[in-house]
Amino acid sequence: MAIPTLDETQFIDKFGPHLNYEPAGGWQEQEPDKLVKTHCCFCGVQCGIQLKVKDNKVIGFEPWEEFPVNHGMLCPKGIKRYLQNEHPDRLLSPLIRDRKGFRTATWDEALDRTVHAIKTIQERYGRDAFAILGGASMTNEKAYLIGKFARVALRTANVDYNGRLCMVSAGAANKMAFGIDRAANPWSDIPLAKAIILSGTNLGECFPILTDYVWRARDNGAKIIVIDPRMTPIARTADLFLPVKPGRDSALANGILHVMIERGWIDEHFIDQHTEGFEQACKLVAKYSPEFTEAITGVPASSIVRAAEIWGPTATSMLLHARGVEHQVKGVENCLSYINLVLASGRIGKPGCGYGTITGQGNGQGGREHGQRCNQLPGARDIEDLDHRRFIADFWRISESDLPHTGLTACEIFDAIESGKIKGLLSISFNPLVSIPDANRTRAALEKLEFYGCIDFFLSESGRYADVVLAGSLQEEDEGTVTTGEGRCVRLRQSISPPGDARVDWEIIAELAGRLGASDYFSYGAAEDIFRELSAATKGGIADYSGMTYSKIEENMGVFWPCPSSDHPGTPRLFEDGRFLRENGRAKFHAYEYRPPSEDVDADYPVFFTSGRVVSQYLSGNQTRRIGALVDQYPEPLCEMHPLLAARVGVAQGDLVRVKTRRGELVVPVQIVKTIRPDTVFVPYHWPGRKSANLLTNRALDPISKIPEYKVCACRVERARSASAIARSLKR
Amino acid sequence: MIGFEFFIDQSRCIGCQACVQACMECDTHRGRSMIHLEVIDRTVSTQTGPVVCMHCEDPVCASVCPADAIKQTEEGIVHSSMKSRCIGCSNCVLACPFGVPRYVASIDQMMKCDMCFDRTSVGKKPMCATVCPSQALYFGPRAEIERLRPEQPVNEFRFGRQIVKTKVNVMVRPETTVMDFDVVSFMSGASSGV
Repeated sequence: MAIPTLDETQFIDKFGPHLNYEPAGGWQEQEPDKLVKTHCCFCGVQCGIQLKVKDNKVIGFEPWEEFPVNHGMLCPKGIKRYLQNEHPDRLLSPLIRDRKGFRTATWDEALDRTVHAIKTIQERYGRDAFAILGGASMTNEKAYLIGKFARVALRTANVDYNGRLCMVSAGAANKMAFGIDRAANPWSDIPLAKAIILSGTNLGECFPILTDYVWRARDNGAKIIVIDPRMTPIARTADLFLPVKPGRDSALANGILHVMIERGWIDEHFIDQHTEGFEQACKLVAKYSPEFTEAITGVPASSIVRAAEIWGPTATSMLLHARGVEHQVKGVENCLSYINLVLASGRIGKPGCGYGTITGQGNGQGGREHGQRCNQLPGARDIEDLDHRRFIADFWRISESDLPHTGLTACEIFDAIESGKIKGLLSISFNPLVSIPDANRTRAALEKLEFYGCIDFFLSESGRYADVVLAGSLQEEDEGTVTTGEGRCVRLRQSISPPGDARVDWEIIAELAGRLGASDYFSYGAAEDIFRELSAATKGGIADYSGMTYSKIEENMGVFWPCPSSDHPGTPRLFEDGRFLRENGRAKFHAYEYRPPSEDVDADYPVFFTSGRVVSQYLSGNQTRRIGALVDQYPEPLCEMHPLLAARVGVAQGDLVRVKTRRGELVVPVQIVKTIRPDTVFVPYHWPGRKSANLLTNRALDPISKIPEYKVCACRVERARSASAIARSLKR
Repeated sequence: MIGFEFFIDQSRCIGCQACVQACMECDTHRGRSMIHLEVIDRTVSTQTGPVVCMHCEDPVCASVCPADAIKQTEEGIVHSSMKSRCIGCSNCVLACPFGVPRYVASIDQMMKCDMCFDRTSVGKKPMCATVCPSQALYFGPRAEIERLRPEQPVNEFRFGRQIVKTKVNVMVRPETTVMDFDVVSFMSGASSGV
């Protein structure tokens, strides 16, 4: 049973997070043995960086100015990422949980125990009773291997990944509108645009170096429109700021389209030649007058008109969005409603003209193409399409009938653990206890598992519940590729080998597969072997990598897919010929009536709760909460609240507030700021336990993408007694 | 780097502190950041301002130093105090019109931004300007920034009757507009109530 034997304090004492401030060898001038050109391990921009290596240790970094995306620019996370190396919390060997906590184990013992648990559970409850969860920070090679491992070695349908918590709404919307799930343009199109809409993207904090792209566009005369309930750093100097009420995004997009149509700022020729569904969209938005839209969204009618005035008649434009619109039960609808604005303008597939979602995770793009999703096979193939199934089954040399069908998505896997359908779990690079909404339920689910195995380099809060921990690899300890938010496949270089008895992740997976009797399918000598196999597996698929090799990627500083043959240069910009990837070659408008969030504010819970990132932390914080200088920058979650709301609640700067939803509560210091709507509070989500924003969030799922609604639920806020007040009352 | 100059545009700053974090990593800085990121007033705005040494032509910090511990190079770089001379009096800290020098008690010495002298002297850009994601900190030829950006570089500052000329430039907008930072001002009347 996956019930932790270490209490939280003991766990933290042993496994951290401890704060690492200094490089291996301390702060002294050290001549590195080599500089390794690789990429940051964090967000979907994947900045180029050079790691300084000495004696098989990463001792620092040097900007990589030749890499064409970031030209040496980095955010604080990238600068300090190397401090994960030589870290006191680093897992150096496999661990097995016993009555006193965790004891070190040999690889044989840990792997055998894991395989024994898998077999026992699958024999007793069926193959699908064992699930596996991957991560979108992993390389393409590992993403491919996890999908193959699940289908060929575990033979379970229940494989999914934490990208399900990230941008799958955009992925599904892109597929529905364009027939392909990839940003349509390279970032280099941003500075060429004369109008830019940034919707639900705290770009300055989550994708910092893209700020320079937006500022360069502004230098060229572009007008910047930012849509967000908070005035984030990128919104501060925008030309137009639309502070949308949480959960109202599709209505706002409909309202802007309404004005565009009314004023005739649409490209009728493009709509006629290259799209379908415009009439339905037209009919739908007829009622979304600026006043009607204002009433739903809280954005003034005049600002809606102004947005259309900027966006409608411009010569070039880019529309970018991120989690703000995607993390909703109508995430797909929101994305499609924004895509309508792009299609109506006809400005896509040309320099400075296009659209994209900005993927949040390191391999948010590639991680969703190679088969670690429950509904997908390598090459972004559809697991329910018979031709696709046959192709991959033949490629893997298995029978099509043995290939599992669609399984459960990440949150549904936890629901199924809760209901007793899933009994065993293996996870890699995933910290569900911190990252899945409604954390109290996630905790109870982990406790209910008959077996939980965890592959990671640091023991996360979820790992505390594991029966077996397999010490895996940091990004810089393995070779591989990732595909960035613009669709560029780039090379990660191994800088050092894993410390102690830790092993590279793909070897662990291959080893497990072997012990499950599938060694014939998993015999790789190097990560490059896996890449050769995965690129061949994508041949003829939508996400076609078959023309890529490691050396080609290195020489070109990345190759954009599709790249279907060895002489193909890759495809930075999609749809240049006006042809879309849907069957009839046309892009599709979608007409979605606005619908409210799953949990809207009411008399009992009158304030919107929303969540997101801060610049110095990444995702569940399993990496960044261990780096001293990053923790110092933003040490603990704060509750952002407008002075108007603060006055009503009766709190002053620095007071503690209790934020309560129907699912849980949180006590954190308040940060009083005029940069948020007065009807909304914000708490960032990178922290565990009693500081976890996901104690509050709502696990309601988008019906198409199955993304949970992180970005809006209903809460109430009240002043919490301060520690000194509690101390005083105890004295009495 | 010959012909390269330092330009600061606070309006571009996103407060990410990449400059602060990177400054610590410069070989000779050994974990100590010499750049300050000023948070102007977080209640009102996310506006932040990175502060590097402006490297005055006639540095006040050096003029007021009783121990003659602050030296300016031929290239116009004003250095941290010399360990052998610094008496830790903090005159420089009080005198600097830009608030740059800091007295570091643990080493009893004044430390300040040296425009990454160890890097610029070997043809590299300063660490902060290299990594800055918004290029609020920019290091390059004057002609290039004038070509790329609508803002104008300024390197003359008036403090009362004192005029200070600096090696580092600040970018200012040719036209100034009134800016509002309260979300309520952007909202419709109907929903501005709490």
